[in-house]
Amino acid sequence: MALSLDAAATPAASACPACVAAPAAEAMARAARAGEGARILLSVPQAHCGACISTLEQGLEALPGVRSARLNLTLKRIAVDADPGLTAADLIPEVRRLGYAAHELDAGMLAGTDTDPTGRDLLMRLAVAGFAMMNVMLLSVAVWSGAEAATRDLFHWISGAIALPTVVFAGQPFFRSAWGVLRQGRANMDVPISIALILASGVSLYETIHSGRHAYFDATVMLAFFLLVGRYLDHRTRAAARSAAQELAALEVPRALKLEGGTEQLVPVAALVPGDRVRVLPGARVPADGIVAEGTSEIDRALLTGESLPAFAGPGTALAAGEVNLTGALVMTVTAAGRDTALSRIAELVAVAEAGRGRFRSISDRAVRFYTPFVHATAFLTFLGWFWSTSDLRLSLNIAAAVLIITCPCALGLAVPAVMTSASGRLFRRGLLIKDGTALERLAEVDAVVFDKTGTLTLGRPEAANLGAHPAGAVALAAGLARGSGHPLARALIEAAEAAGIVPAAVADLHEVPGYGVEGRAPDGRRVRFGRAAWAGAADEGAAGGLTAAWLGVEGEAARAFTFTDRLRPGAEELVATLRARGLRLALVSGDAEAPVRGLADRLGIDDWQAGALPADKVARVAALKAQGRRVLMVGDGLNDTAALAAAHVSISPASALDAARTAADVVLTGTSLAPVAEALATARRAVGLMRGNIVISNLYNLVAVPVAILGFATPLAAAIAMSTSSITVTLNALRLGR
Amino acid sequence: MQILSWLIPISLGLGGLGLLAFVWTLKTRQYDDPEGDARRILNPDWDDRPKP
Repeated sequence: MALSLDAAATPAASACPACVAAPAAEAMARAARAGEGARILLSVPQAHCGACISTLEQGLEALPGVRSARLNLTLKRIAVDADPGLTAADLIPEVRRLGYAAHELDAGMLAGTDTDPTGRDLLMRLAVAGFAMMNVMLLSVAVWSGAEAATRDLFHWISGAIALPTVVFAGQPFFRSAWGVLRQGRANMDVPISIALILASGVSLYETIHSGRHAYFDATVMLAFFLLVGRYLDHRTRAAARSAAQELAALEVPRALKLEGGTEQLVPVAALVPGDRVRVLPGARVPADGIVAEGTSEIDRALLTGESLPAFAGPGTALAAGEVNLTGALVMTVTAAGRDTALSRIAELVAVAEAGRGRFRSISDRAVRFYTPFVHATAFLTFLGWFWSTSDLRLSLNIAAAVLIITCPCALGLAVPAVMTSASGRLFRRGLLIKDGTALERLAEVDAVVFDKTGTLTLGRPEAANLGAHPAGAVALAAGLARGSGHPLARALIEAAEAAGIVPAAVADLHEVPGYGVEGRAPDGRRVRFGRAAWAGAADEGAAGGLTAAWLGVEGEAARAFTFTDRLRPGAEELVATLRARGLRLALVSGDAEAPVRGLADRLGIDDWQAGALPADKVARVAALKAQGRRVLMVGDGLNDTAALAAAHVSISPASALDAARTAADVVLTGTSLAPVAEALATARRAVGLMRGNIVISNLYNLVAVPVAILGFATPLAAAIAMSTSSITVTLNALRLGR
Repeated sequence: MQILSWLIPISLGLGGLGLLAFVWTLKTRQYDDPEGDARRILNPDWDDRPKP
């Protein structure tokens, strides 16, 4: 399978027949295959329709150097085969021109998710079990309707010839898992399943050999079929979440610009070692922990500490992996790389927090714990009872096998996976990715929510707040200066000025002083500066009221403060209002300064807030709520939230969060809006209700069928009917959740 | 009853054919993009001649 995939993924590199003869051809082909341009993966989240397919594929194939492009609409990904040398950066503008946002994906990181060998393996076994079930059932109907003597024996023999190899092949996932846990002296759902499959096949074979009346071949393969359906659904849900989570991780292609002997080299971040010198360009993420060696700039620490105000960085400033360089290019000396970076300081906290969370017992865990001993005890007692009263080993074994087959957790194996599939599918379409199997059940219990501020309730993107407080001339001047910088505050100011209809002033000699601001000459010849307070000539920094501010300093005039607030994440206001209306306890815990936190808490109406919180404070906050007996949902995105995310009963993080935070979270929001969180809580409650309902339904069937089986009245027909109706009922019940 | 010796092999053979067809679709990766393939069939681009 893997071979054919490779062949399909890499086109024949030797276009001319002569090349084949050349000794270097193969090496060249290999180089082309390994080269940057051979296969490019782009994520196109907006692709949704048939027209998107032709627009994107034809648009990309029209580009020089592109051999073929294929859009996978299910995964919303384009795979492009291109000449070596072509990179994602060449393709993304074209995709954007066609009207879609695109991100490069790290093809290496996604290598495993395309194929999903386990899923295909399960599907194959499912198909074989389905084929066998239909054919055996066809023969069984004849037996049920009264085939006698030689005809019945013949049909039993044919059924056995189909069923036995099927059980051996299709039952393997159960046998393997059962054997694995039995060797460790434990039991799971697969143990009773395996015993039922083996015992039923054995008894049926014995009956067939001795031309008995009842053979359970049909029930055996049906059992295998329905259980495989449950297993496949379970796998699909998990595989979809895993592949999407991997895609999020693959969005950050981690590379660093390493300086070596005067040249710059693009190297994977993993290859950095302490002592390396690395250039960090404006707008790039700091790849490792280190100390600034050259250059000045401003650093956005929001993801690490929650501070919304950028910090100054010059030679000697310590940088941590994950911070974003804003204005000037920096050269840093790496002090710690890879696993030793800032992450590790948090990792310890996360480990402690996770240990405190304890293992959550899911509904199906609890059901199995009760179920397994019950099934085995019932079957064994039935056998003993019948053997004691009749001394007929064959009859007793037959009846015990019937009990095992009827009680076998067929519907139970479907009850939870079917609901999980329909619930996570529904949430996925609304932009929520359920990473953990038990996350839905935990979400359903939530009665308190703790929010992080920067990057979670807000977008971490500033918005000009007090444009109206300044004369239009000053705003025009500031906007004119801001055009000289890519700093987020400058961008926000230009945007706000445009929205207000103010034309930026023409500033001469415009140049950026990294780490400080922008300087230039106003139309009247005076020197003007826009940036840090002291540099722009502000006497009193307090005039900004503790808010994020950039100052406009005009020679001979008092500096003016342009304040900024963090832009609210779409859906945040509605979410907080909905949750409050539902009576959940809300809290806001942020690492940011007091003024912005208080401002946001007032705006959203959250009474319970805390500013300047360290990662440990956030964990303590979650633990305190837990100690009050509350089930806490933590919503956060930064490295400083990671430990709290792990400590909380259940956690959600936005897709823009750092990798570490996404890993710690149980649910990831794939869109920008926070609104789906409320939906997730509601859906989780309904899903858990349906799971419980399903388990009750499958137990109800047992309540009726088990006494019948114990008394020896169960026929293969009764077993088949009980099994199929209960399985279909729980599946239909799960579908009530809706799309 | 003689007819059974024909009918049973035929029914098994037809079922087996269905199984083989499914195995073929699985092996040729036809389930990788169900949503896209459902739309592609409505795409008129290569209706006149096959894609080179």
